Amino acid sequence: MAHKIIYKQQLSENVFTAVFEAKLIAQARKPGQFVILSIRSDYSERIPLTIADADADKGTITLIWQRVGKTTSEMSDLKVGDYIDNIAGPLGTPTHIENFGTVICVGGGIGNAPLLPIARALKDAGNKVISIIGARNKELLILENEFSRISDELIVTTDDGSYGRKALVTVPLEEICRRSPKPNNAFIIGPAIMMKFCCGVTKKFDIPTQVSLNTIMIDGTGMCGGCRVEVGGKPKFVCVDGPEFDGHQVNFDLMLKRLDAYKHHEHEAHDKYKEHRCRIGLDRKE
Amino acid sequence: MNDCSGDDLLKKLKQKESSEGLKPSDRFNIPAQPMPSQDAVERRSNVNEVALGYTETEAKLEAMRCLQCKNAPCVQGCPVRIKIKDFIMAIADGDYKKSIEIIKENSLLPAVCGRVCPQEVQCQEKCTVGIKFKDPTKAVSIGRLERFVADYDSENQSIPHIEPDTGMKVAIIGSGPGGIVAAADTRRAGHDVTIFEAFHKPGGVMVYGIPEFRLPKSIAQKEIDVLVKMGVKIVCNFIVGRTRTIEQLMQQDGFDAVYIGVGAGLPSFMGIEGESLVGVYSANEYLTRANLMKAYDFGKGADTPIARSKKVAVIGGGNVAMDSARTAVRLGAEKVYLIYRRSEKEMPARIEEVHHAKEEGVEFHTLQNPKRIIGDADSRVTAIECLKYKLGEPDASGRARPVPIPDSEFQIEVDTVIIAIGNQANPLIRQTTPALEFNKWGNIVVDENCKTSMQGVYAGGDIVLGAATVILAMGQGRIAAAAINEYLAAKKGRSQA
Ligand SMILES: Cc1cc2nc3c(=O)[nH]c(=O)nc-3n(C[C@H](O)[C@H](O)[C@H](O)COP(=O)(O)OP(=O)(O)OC[C@H]3O[C@@H](n4cnc5c(N)ncnc54)[C@H](O)[C@@H]3O)c2cc1C
Ligand SMILES: Cc1cc2nc3c(=O)[nH]c(=O)nc-3n(C[C@H](O)[C@H](O)[C@H](O)COP(=O)(O)OP(=O)(O)OC[C@H]3O[C@@H](n4cnc5c(N)ncnc54)[C@H](O)[C@@H]3O)c2cc1C
Ligand code: SF4
Ligand code: SF4
Ligand code: FES
Repeated sequence: MAHKIIYKQQLSENVFTAVFEAKLIAQARKPGQFVILSIRSDYSERIPLTIADADADKGTITLIWQRVGKTTSEMSDLKVGDYIDNIAGPLGTPTHIENFGTVICVGGGIGNAPLLPIARALKDAGNKVISIIGARNKELLILENEFSRISDELIVTTDDGSYGRKALVTVPLEEICRRSPKPNNAFIIGPAIMMKFCCGVTKKFDIPTQVSLNTIMIDGTGMCGGCRVEVGGKPKFVCVDGPEFDGHQVNFDLMLKRLDAYKHHEHEAHDKYKEHRCRIGLDRKE
Repeated sequence: MNDCSGDDLLKKLKQKESSEGLKPSDRFNIPAQPMPSQDAVERRSNVNEVALGYTETEAKLEAMRCLQCKNAPCVQGCPVRIKIKDFIMAIADGDYKKSIEIIKENSLLPAVCGRVCPQEVQCQEKCTVGIKFKDPTKAVSIGRLERFVADYDSENQSIPHIEPDTGMKVAIIGSGPGGIVAAADTRRAGHDVTIFEAFHKPGGVMVYGIPEFRLPKSIAQKEIDVLVKMGVKIVCNFIVGRTRTIEQLMQQDGFDAVYIGVGAGLPSFMGIEGESLVGVYSANEYLTRANLMKAYDFGKGADTPIARSKKVAVIGGGNVAMDSARTAVRLGAEKVYLIYRRSEKEMPARIEEVHHAKEEGVEFHTLQNPKRIIGDADSRVTAIECLKYKLGEPDASGRARPVPIPDSEFQIEVDTVIIAIGNQANPLIRQTTPALEFNKWGNIVVDENCKTSMQGVYAGGDIVLGAATVILAMGQGRIAAAAINEYLAAKKGRSQA
C-alpha cells in the first residue's frame, strides 16, 4: 500500500513539509505520536517522524522533516504525486493532555514540528499556553505563524539574533519560570543537547517537564531495543514506553553519545546519495 | 561398503532389497549421509545458504537407513507428529510427491522446519538408529530428508482446496510461522482472512531474525505467495494496538475471530555496567539491521548502517547467539568471540549451528560471563571484562548451574558487544488490550485450544510460549485455527437458527 504525496512545501532551507495519504493512521493518531516510514521496501532505511497534523476525514497526515541525511534528503526531492512505499503508525504513547493551568512549550529547530500538535492540544484543553520557539538563525525558523495562532504568548529566539530575540531558548525559559505564579508544566522538544539544558532550568524551579526523545529506531514495536534510553537509572524503550518521558529523569549524556553512533556511516550514505544525484540528475532509481 | 560411490551402493542395496530384502544390519551398515555444505572459508564472505541439501542419491541412501520401527519412537519427538517413517519410506521408494503429501498432513512449513528444527532434541533424539549407535548424530537425518522433499516440491505452487465462502472474517495478527499456518487453515475453511503485520514485509522471525545463510528469505516468501493465491489478504505496516486495537477490529471492522501471533518482544539485557555504551547491541537489533534492511549491502544499495566491527563479543549460547556471531563474521569482523556461562554441552543452539560457527572461525569462550563492559571517553566499547565459571548443582531446568569463580576477572579487547540472552514478552498488545489475560511474564494465557480470556480471540507462538521454536509456533497456529473454525461454525449456526 503505497502512500501518495498530495501536498508539499519547503518551509526553510532544510525543512520540508508534506501531506501524505494514510487513512488509518489519520484516524487513529493522537498528539505526541509518530510514524516510521521507508521510501522503498527493499533497501531503504526506516526512519521515525512525528505526525505534525492529520485530517481524519480526508485520510491524510502531515509530516515535517529536516534534511539531515540520506533518507530525509531523498524525501525532500520527492514531488506531489509521488509515492512512498511504507508508513507504519501511529506509534508511541500519546501525550497526556489535560488542563494543567499554565504550560510552557519550548521548541528548538525541527523540534517545533513535533511540539506543534501537543501545544495545540494543550490549548484546546483550556491551558494558557506560553511558547518559546528557537532556531539557529532566521532561515531555520519554522512554524512561527502556526504557533502564534495557538499561543497566549509567543517568544521567538535565534542563536545569531537574525530574527526575534538573540538568545538560546534557555534564557527566556528561565525568565518565565521566575514569574509568579510559575508555569504548572513544561513541554520541551528539540535537539537532545537543548532538552538537556532546558530540563536543567525547569528542574531548578521544580516544574514537571515532559520531553520527547528522538533516538535511533528500527522496528518501533518494542522488538529490537535500539531505541533504549536510561530514564531514572533504568533502561526504557522510546518506541513503546515513550517517546515522552519525565525530562528530569532522562540520562541525556548517554543519549547524546548513542545518537552519534552511526554518524560516520551515515555521512557516507548521504555523500554517496549526493554524488549519485549529481551524476544522474535528480531522477534516481536504484 | 564405504568405499564404493553412492550411486553404486544405492544400486546394490536396491537389488538386494528386491531379491532377498534388507536386514537391519544391512541398514546399519549404510553410512550416515553427511550434509553437503559450502566451503567454510568461502562462506565467511557471503550470505548464501551454508547447507546445500541432499542429492537424490544421498536422500535415498539416508532414507534406507530407517528401520521402519513398528512403534516409530521418532514421531513422539515431533511436536506436530509428522508420520516420519511413512514419508521416509516414500523417499526410499522415490515417490517424493507422496512423501511431501504425508508431511503436509501435519506440517505446512517443511522447507522451514527441515532446516531449523532442533532435530537432535526432537524427532532425531528418539530415533532407534541413533540410540543403537549411542550417538544422536548417527540417527536418521529426518530433518534433512524433510528439507529434501520440501525443496523437491518447491516448484509446486498448487493451492489447497478451499471451502465455499462462509462470510466470516478472521484477523491474524503477525505473520510469523504461527500466523501463516493459522491463516492457511482458517482460509481453507472458507473464511475471509486478513493478516496484519507491523513490519513492511511479512514472515516474522523467518525474515528479520534467522539469517539468509541458514534460511533463505525466498522460502518464507514462497509460503506467503501461496497464502496470497489462496485469497488471504496481507496488510503490512499495520500495528495492531496502535493502528487499530483488537477491540476495534472486532467491533468496528467486523472481524469474528482473531489469532494473536505477535512473537517475542523486548530483548533482555544483563543489567551490568556499560550496557548502554555505543557498540552494544541486542541481537534483535543487530540481526534486524542485517537481515530485514540488508545492512550487509550498506554502501551497495542498502541505506541502513551497521557497526563495522573488528572484534565482536556475542553473549549467549542459543541459536540467536550463533546467528549473531556468524552474521558478524560475514560482516567482516576479524575476531568473533562467543561467550557462554555454561559448557558447550548445555548450549541450547542446534548442534549443526555450533559446528558451523566453529568452522567459520567463531572462538568459543565457555564457562565465562561478562561482568562489565568498558568504554572510552566517547562512550565507545573498548573491552569486556569477564568472570570464569564452573558448573555446580543442576538448577530448576535440570541444567548444571553456572557458579562464578571469585577473583577470576580478565578482559577481552572488543569494539562490539551483541547481547543474545533472550527476550521478554511483546508489550504492545498488553498495553492496548485491557480485556486480555496475561501471566506474570507478560505472556498471553491460553487454554489447550489456544483460546484466550477474550471471546473469539486465540493466541499462539512466542507470545504464549515465551521463546519457542518455529515448529511449536506452527503447531499452535494449527490448534488455534481448528478452534477458530469450530467457534465460527457454531457462531454461524447460531445466527442462522
Ligand atoms: C519519535 C521520533 C520523532 C521524530 N520526529 C521528527 C520530525 O518530526 N521531524 C524530523 O525532521 N525529525 C524527526 N525525528 C528525527 C528523524 O527520525 C531523523 O532525523 C531521521 O531518522 C534522519 O534520517 P536520515 O536518513 O535522513 O539521516 P541519517 O543519514 O540517518 O542521519 C544523518 C545525521 O542525523 C543524525 N541522526 C540520525 N537519527 C537521528 C535522530 N533520530 N535524531 C537526531 N539525529 C539523528 C545522525 O547521527 C547523522 O548525523 C524524530 C525521531 C524520533 C525518534
Ligand atoms: C535469530 C533467531 C534464530 C532462531 N532460530 C531458530 C531455529 O533455528 N529453530 C527454531 O525452531 N526456532 C528458531 N527461532 C525461534 C523462532 O523463530 C520463533 O520461535 C518463531 O518464529 C515464533 O513464531 P511466531 O508465530 O510466534 O511469530 P514470529 O516469527 O515471532 O513473528 C511475529 C510477527 O508479528 C509481528 N508483530 C508484532 N507485533 C505486532 C503488532 N502489534 N501488530 C501486527 N504485527 C505484529 C512481528 O513484526 C512479526 O512479524 C529463532 C529466533 C530468532 C530470533
Ligand atoms: S517438523 Fe521438526 S521435529 Fe517434526 S519431523 Fe520435522 S524436523 Fe523433526
Ligand atoms: S525411529 Fe528412526 S529408524 Fe525408527 S522409524 Fe523413526 S526414523 Fe526410522
Ligand atoms: S525501535 Fe525497536 S524497540 Fe524501539
